[in-house]
Amino acid sequence: MTTRLHIDWTRCDGHGSCVELLPDQLGVDDFGFPVPRSGQRDPVVPRRAEDAARHAVRNCPVMALRMYDAAS
Amino acid sequence: MSATLTSALWALGRGTGVVALVLFTSAIVLGILARSGRRVAGLGRFGISDLHRAAALTGAGLVVAHVGSLLFDPYAQLRLVDLALPFLASYRPLWLGLGTLTLDLLVVVTVVSLLRGRLGPRVFRVVHWATHVLWPIAVLHALGSGTDAGSTWFRTLAAVCVGSVIVAVGWRLVPSYGGRGWAREPRRSA
Amino acid sequence: MTTAPSALARRLLDGAGADHEAHVARYGALPGLRLDDLLAAVADSGLTGRGGGGFPAATKVRAVAQGARRPVVVANGIEGEPLSSKDAVLLNRNPHLVLDGLEVLARALHAKRAILAVGPEIEPGPVTDAARRRPVHLVALAGGFVAGQETALVNGLNGRAPLPRDPFTRVTESGVDDRPTLVLNVETLAQIALVARYGATWFRSAGLPDDPGTSLFTISGSVSRPGVIEAERGARLSDALAPARPVRPAAVLVGGYHGAWVPAPDLGARLTRAELAPYSASVGTGILHVLDTETCPLDLSADVMDYLARQSARQCGPCLNGLPRMASDLHRLAVGVRDPDLPNELERMAALVTGRGACAHPDGSARFVASTLRVFRGHVAAHLEGRCPSARSTRARSVAS
Repeated sequence: MTTRLHIDWTRCDGHGSCVELLPDQLGVDDFGFPVPRSGQRDPVVPRRAEDAARHAVRNCPVMALRMYDAAS
Repeated sequence: MSATLTSALWALGRGTGVVALVLFTSAIVLGILARSGRRVAGLGRFGISDLHRAAALTGAGLVVAHVGSLLFDPYAQLRLVDLALPFLASYRPLWLGLGTLTLDLLVVVTVVSLLRGRLGPRVFRVVHWATHVLWPIAVLHALGSGTDAGSTWFRTLAAVCVGSVIVAVGWRLVPSYGGRGWAREPRRSA
Repeated sequence: MTTAPSALARRLLDGAGADHEAHVARYGALPGLRLDDLLAAVADSGLTGRGGGGFPAATKVRAVAQGARRPVVVANGIEGEPLSSKDAVLLNRNPHLVLDGLEVLARALHAKRAILAVGPEIEPGPVTDAARRRPVHLVALAGGFVAGQETALVNGLNGRAPLPRDPFTRVTESGVDDRPTLVLNVETLAQIALVARYGATWFRSAGLPDDPGTSLFTISGSVSRPGVIEAERGARLSDALAPARPVRPAAVLVGGYHGAWVPAPDLGARLTRAELAPYSASVGTGILHVLDTETCPLDLSADVMDYLARQSARQCGPCLNGLPRMASDLHRLAVGVRDPDLPNELERMAALVTGRGACAHPDGSARFVASTLRVFRGHVAAHLEGRCPSARSTRARSVAS
């Protein structure tokens, strides 16, 4: 079971809280939108970053984030 | 009820009311700052959002204390029905009625905000705009029915609150506010 | 019992139009198959989706069959790609075969509704006549490049704006009317109708073992006889193009505006996943657009990228901002702005938008840009030096940077 972070791109408005809270997982592009550093659509959230990820999900002003458990 | 207790409740009622007003003012200013996407040193964008939420929820809590203490204070002559239906009170019905309206709106906004995960971002956003209606009503309520309304310190405080919100809302309406600080195309919201 | 069309005859295009009796006379009656039998036949046939994705058709059907509620089956005839007309031609010539596919699936799945979704380009005549006597809702929706995307179509059918939605919830779980929804391209459904009648072995008598059957191709561009043809899967690109008679081909855009270029010397390549992979191309919706030797490919690509940028649903930041940036850079490259960073910037932006949107529009656009830069690198180099090898270029050349 791997925990992943899913970005709903139809909601994301490039606010940037998530990038601040998960700097190892997310960078930012030319327009202010988050870029998964691993190049995957839904980046893996390691155990040590789970609290920060939950904070990011709560903090996103447009509710564009969710965490889920994936098979891999 | 002893005279000491009544005056204590009365003081608590006034105090919580004043602090709630300051907190709601902060919440509006912080909300506009959060929406702007601008970083504030040491806090980050997420910190501003957290503060906004904390200020709003604390303010809501203080309103509960405000209403609660006045409900138990016989001097205030507040009945339960006055919490839901406005303009029925015997003491300053108009100004108190505005307080009732504030409370009603506050309940809706708070409940929707806490349940936004279930209700979705669109419902949340529409209801959240009601805070811009809620705040002026709260100010009017404070100026009209507050015991301290006539005093200088309160009037100064009220002026500072009103001034900050006017500046913040003014900034919100300026074109350079948009795009959260990035040069980008405006999105079509889902 | 009628005989199945022979392997090399036209399986799909020799339809009977709206005449149901002639249709049954030609193909035979449509059997009512139980779900297990239908699934087995479709799985054994190896049929892959003809709507662009190319995934095994049986997989999607199985996913919907596992839903708790009665599903909705949708025939996707929207065909938002301007270069594609295979679905329109199929619906015009052989609407009953498409409706057969819809019906046999709807019955096997015990579907709540069967819908044929068409776009505004579809001529009303044969389609509406045929649909009238079948247990299907014909729904006409607005077109547009992304309107045919699976979730956009579902949104349109649910009465919302026909824009893609977040793919987290798959339509096979919840789609039209919150029911499990099976969306299949009209050609895929026609193929399923054939498999249901004649079986998997017959289906596999054409095409290749790992990509069997036939499929429809829309041929356009520098050809004498543009139009829709049916060819075996795995045919050589040159063989598929032959009936259309290409004129001075420089390269072929395989897969449309979200596809990739195959240069003229390589037209012997087979239209298979393996042989198209080196070009980052895939058959997709079967669009084969021929570029002639005189047109500047960068001119054309800049125009295509302009179109793709304008077709963005405008919901997702990376697509909404990244595509116009790529269009603008391609335009500058085409007109001859001598900025040596342009190719790198284009590649960087293409990589940046990929995978960062609710649908594959940015991914496909990025693929097209990357392919253009790769296949026409000679042109790119020339433009950066202030010249253009093409005889016909609509833009000025030798513009100082």
